[in-house]
Amino acid sequence: MTDPGTILFVTTSIFAIAGALMTISSRRPLRAAIGLLVHIISLAGMFLTLNAHLLAALQLLVYAGAVVVLFVFVIMLIGPASEVDAIQGSLASRTLSIAVTVAIVLAVSTSLAYFDEPWGAISDDFGTVEGLGMAIYSQALVPFEVISITLLVAIVGAIAIARSRTE
Amino acid sequence: MGIGTYLALASVLFGIGAAGFLTRRNMLIQLMSIELMLNSVNVVLLAFNRVNPENHDGQVFAFFVIAVAAAEAAVGLAILIAYYRIKKTIDTDDATLLKY
Repeated sequence: MTDPGTILFVTTSIFAIAGALMTISSRRPLRAAIGLLVHIISLAGMFLTLNAHLLAALQLLVYAGAVVVLFVFVIMLIGPASEVDAIQGSLASRTLSIAVTVAIVLAVSTSLAYFDEPWGAISDDFGTVEGLGMAIYSQALVPFEVISITLLVAIVGAIAIARSRTE
Repeated sequence: MGIGTYLALASVLFGIGAAGFLTRRNMLIQLMSIELMLNSVNVVLLAFNRVNPENHDGQVFAFFVIAVAAAEAAVGLAILIAYYRIKKTIDTDDATLLKY
């Protein structure tokens, strides 16, 4: 029960849930961004318990290195207006929405926890840079090229949307 | 320890993200909640790939999910900045430009 993988999974899951709760509950967006950072780093650690080494590194590079920094930049750009007061709707509807979400989550998670069989054996290159790189560049080559064009279009689109129309 | 634990954790994280998206009016925090939900889907993909380790399909899928999430964050934040320029707020209750 107390093998290193279990300890890592329990630790990272506690931090992931705490970071997610901090993200959705804090009033200041900068604290929410830090909660998102904690969540993402914990999930990168959890990917290691699933033998996804390359994706753990990519999670740190892309999410912690790019997306969270982008959020922080936008928070600094917007300034004090980035804080919005709490929801003004009736307490009943708010409580109901949270209660429904919690009920669905509990129902799904308790039913899923019954399918708890131990993992099978894996090959040596599972999830490493070599194994996943071979999979991406052989069976997913066309989607890989398409995703590069998607990212280029997203960059150009983001610049076109966000620039000021002063001219 | 097995796939059920990971699926339960991923559903909890997805529920937290969904609750944040539904109950917050701050557009920035709603975008962060979308990232939470995308991350929980990645956990599911990697857990199922760990059950069937003879190929890398789940990990390839998670790779593309990460790439699309990065593009989504860039475009979403650009839309947020454009909206802030017009309205001087990022409260979604004030997003009434297409209402009438």
